Parts: sequence; structure tokens; C-alpha cells
Amino acid sequence: MAESAFLGTSLGVVAPQRFVYADPFTLKCGEVLSGFDLMYETYGTLNASASNAILICHALSGHHHAAGLHSADDDKPGWWNHCIGRGKPIDTERFFVVALNNIGGCHGSTGPCSMKPDGSGMYGPTFPVVNVEDWVKSQARLADHLGIQRFAAVIGGSLGGMQALQWAMEFPDRVRSAVVIAAAPKLTAQNIAFNEIARHAITSDPQFANGHYRDSGVNPDVGLALARMIGHVTYLSASGMGKRFGRQIKSGDLRAGADVEFQVQSYLRYQGQTFSRQFDANTYVLMTRALDLFDPAAEFGDDLVAALSRATADFLVVSFTSDWRFPVERSEEIAHALLRSRKDVSHAIIESEHGHDSFLLPLPRYLDVLGTYLRRIHEEIHANAT
Amino acid sequence: MRRDLRIIADLISPSARVLDLGCGEGDLLAWLKHNKSVNGYGLDVDPNNITTCLAKGVNVIEHDLDAGLHDFADDGFDLVVMTETLQSVRHPDRLLSEMLRIGKECIVTFPNFAHWRCRLYLGFRGRMPVVQQLPNEWFDTPNIRLCTFDDFEQLCRQRGYRIIERFVVGPDYRSHALADSLPNLFGTIAFYRIGRSE
Repeated sequence: MAESAFLGTSLGVVAPQRFVYADPFTLKCGEVLSGFDLMYETYGTLNASASNAILICHALSGHHHAAGLHSADDDKPGWWNHCIGRGKPIDTERFFVVALNNIGGCHGSTGPCSMKPDGSGMYGPTFPVVNVEDWVKSQARLADHLGIQRFAAVIGGSLGGMQALQWAMEFPDRVRSAVVIAAAPKLTAQNIAFNEIARHAITSDPQFANGHYRDSGVNPDVGLALARMIGHVTYLSASGMGKRFGRQIKSGDLRAGADVEFQVQSYLRYQGQTFSRQFDANTYVLMTRALDLFDPAAEFGDDLVAALSRATADFLVVSFTSDWRFPVERSEEIAHALLRSRKDVSHAIIESEHGHDSFLLPLPRYLDVLGTYLRRIHEEIHANAT
Repeated sequence: MRRDLRIIADLISPSARVLDLGCGEGDLLAWLKHNKSVNGYGLDVDPNNITTCLAKGVNVIEHDLDAGLHDFADDGFDLVVMTETLQSVRHPDRLLSEMLRIGKECIVTFPNFAHWRCRLYLGFRGRMPVVQQLPNEWFDTPNIRLCTFDDFEQLCRQRGYRIIERFVVGPDYRSHALADSLPNLFGTIAFYRIGRSE
């Protein structure tokens, strides 16, 4: 495959910032937060008319560090580094990019690891149920703070794509375009089932202690690792795993049997262990629940076309051929509902063997589709300004 | 813009809802958007065409026409256009019926396999015609459902489709006296505007 025209250069060292919202914030579930903090990063420069801002919405285990490095000797760039930078699809020469950690997250924003305002310790499992709608509303407060009335684009993959969709419905005047990648208009029973297995793995770990693990100074490492292992398998594809690992043996002897370890076993264990050290179990439970609950068509009699009728944005929907967690058909549902609702919409189906994870990978055609679309959005902004 | 697309563009009324099947690089839709405030959608299967459409600001849905159009609602469009694609789909008859379900009218263009050049090629050389409108060898051609104007009109009669308008041109997309009088012999490409049975 040809190289993408949007390889670009990386951002260098970036610094996270904290937005403190000090007013009461009512969540969809009815509970009220006395305020919230959001960790965020920005890349590029906001233009004088504040018309070139792009919001990046993260997925299940994402956060505000989407691009660049946190120090000169940082060996791990942000999670979408190949997409955000100079000359990259989300071009920081053209756009002012905002990435944040959502409420309920475990990377510094208000969430289960935060202290309760009444001084009675950490929220832990008592942190209220958070919905995609809450995230979008809190992101709008951050936009107000940054002086952004209308985003040139709101972009997200997977759970982030749901936020982009919700943005377009909730704040039609504030979204010029929405890029909805590897998403779905709601989860299927199978999706919810996988989330439930992951949650059950966490909550049945004795060290979970009903979510109060931090009080006892332990962590449900085993459960969290297991949840990640299950999730990870569903984010890959059978053929992708086959090509990457096949039946390669890491150690042991196939004839002896008992002590044999396949490469894929070792890989999954490593993924699970790394994740369990970095991610909060209560946040994982909360995030998967937000996924389960998302269903914007529900209050419109299950009519997605009616739900989307409020939107005015131009939509780009992107899906990946081997994604079986949020397959191409789910993106087609979104695209067709938008088409029926007479919205501007395009849908690109990217050939990939990397399953749901494709949305995080630097696939040449994917980068070209994103970059080409956003370059056009930028031209339109420029044309409107002159 | 390609001359055949220009001919079609002139047939489309302003602000119509248009679906372009096999929209290619989106030239027709881009022109209609800027000149006739037509908010159209294109379907195409070629990744490069999708990117080109995105660059032009044309709504494009990546879709293989052989998979049918069942996701599209009845009467969703005023007009469904398909230029020189009919001959390369697996089930042209099913597609036509779908097109007339989702659109009130359709414009279909395709090359005439009964053009005199094709007839001579096949009749005298005894080989599958390789001509300007059908430039591929038989083994690698996308054109797997070749037909003549008479074949198409017979299908329309069988299915009860109304032929509202027919426009026959030569290889330069211009009309000729010969093509007007004996279209199935001298016409290279036909533009058919068809509607549902009354």
C-alpha cells in the first residue's frame, strides 16, 4: 500500500492543563457534582475568530494526552500521535486541537479516584453513573472556557465516536463537522455481554472489595488484567491475530504440552498486566457502563433518523472491514440514518485486518481520508472568513 | 465536466434530491451542488474516488452496488442517476427496480452493444469487440452485462417502466442524424430517463 500523504512531523513536548469548573453540574442520572476538573491538552494555535478548533473525544481507556511527548526523553507519545501534528491528518498548522480526559476518568479529571467534596474520602465506587451526554456537556464547558463557540470538527473513535455523534445532536450550532469513527448508534446485546464479562472479571476479584480497594491499599490487578485481555481480543480480528502470532511458541515444548506457552498467551498477559497497573478499576466499570447506556434514539421512539434530525453538522463516518466489535454495518446504520435525515454525510470503509483497534493505527488510507476531509473543512472555514 | 455528465446535469431540476450510483470522482454532484443547489449523495466502491469526493465536498458513501440498495428508503430521492455503470453490475434488472423504488425517476446511461462498430467487430473478426466505449478485453472487462438499446427498452416494457425521455449520442457525446434515425445501429451511448409504471 502507498504511504499516506499525511505523515507529517510530531509535536515535541506538550504540557497537560487543568480546567476547573466550580459550579454545580447535574448529571443525566440526576446526581449533582459540585464542580469538576478536566485535564486537557491543546496543540496548535486558535485563530482570531476561534473557528479552527477541533475537539478529540477519547474512547474507553483514552485520556487527554493524545499527541506529543511529556518530556524530551519520553519514549511514549500520545495515543493518537500519528494523527495529530504538523502535516498530519489533524494538522496543527491549520487547527487548534483540544484533547481531554473525561469525567469519570483516571488521568486527573474528576472521577472515582478524586476526593469527595465533603471530605469523606475518595469517591471510589460511589462516583455517580456518567453518560455520554454528561461528557459532551462538560466538554462544552471546557469549550466555553477556551473561547470556542463552534468547533470546526468534533472527532472520536469508538466511544469517542458516540461523543462526536452526541455533540452534533446536543449542540448543533457548535459543531461544523463530526467525524464518527468505528462507532455505533448503540450497543448490541453481544457488545453489552462483552462489557459485562469484563466488569464481572473486575468485581469478582476479591481485591476489588466492592470498589473500595484503595482504602485497603490493594488493587484488583487480576480482575482488571482479565477484563483487558477479554477486551483486547475483541478489539483484534481472527486473521490479524493469526498473522501476528499464529501458533508461535514463546517457551516450552509442544510435545510435553503442559509447560508450553504460545506467543499470544504471553502477549495477552503482558497487555493485561500493564493495563492493570495503569488504569483504575472503578473507571473501567464506569466507562463500560456509559457505553452500554448510550442510545440517543431511545427518547425518539427508537427512531435514529428522528434523533439525528436536530443535527446540522457535516458528517464523516469511518469504519474498518475487520472490526467485529463495531462492524461496518453499524457505521452504515449511522450513515443511512443521517442520509434519511438529509444531513451531509460521507462514509469511508477502510480495508484493515486489525479489527476495532484499526481506528488507533496509522493505516495509510485512513490517514488520507481523515486528512483530505479535514483539509476541505479548513478550506471552507477559510472561504467563509474571506 | 465530462460532456455526458453535462447532458445529465441539464436534465436535473434545481434543489432536486439526487443519488448518483457509481459517482466516480463526484464531478456531476459537485457541479450540481455549486450550480443548481442540489444536495446529492454519491455511491462508489473505489477508495480513490471516495477520497476525491471528500476533497470536493461531495457526499459520498462507500458502497458496492452489487450488494443492492435495501438500506435506502422508498421515495428517498427525486432522481437516481447511474452513468455507464449498468453494464458492470451483477443484477442490472434488480438494481433498476431498486432505483425506481428509492427514486421517483432514474437517469441511466450505457453503451450500445449493437453499435455498428461492435457488430462489425464481432461479425467479421469473430471476436469480442474492443472499441472506444468498451475498451477492455473480454477476460478483464468490468462490463459483464452488455446490452443493446433495444434490449434495454424491451426490459422496460416487460417490467412496465415508463421511458420518459431518450437521448442517443455518438462517441463524442453529441447527437447525430444517423444516431437519431437508427439509434440501435448508430448510437454509441443512450441516456434514458425512466419512471415507474403508471
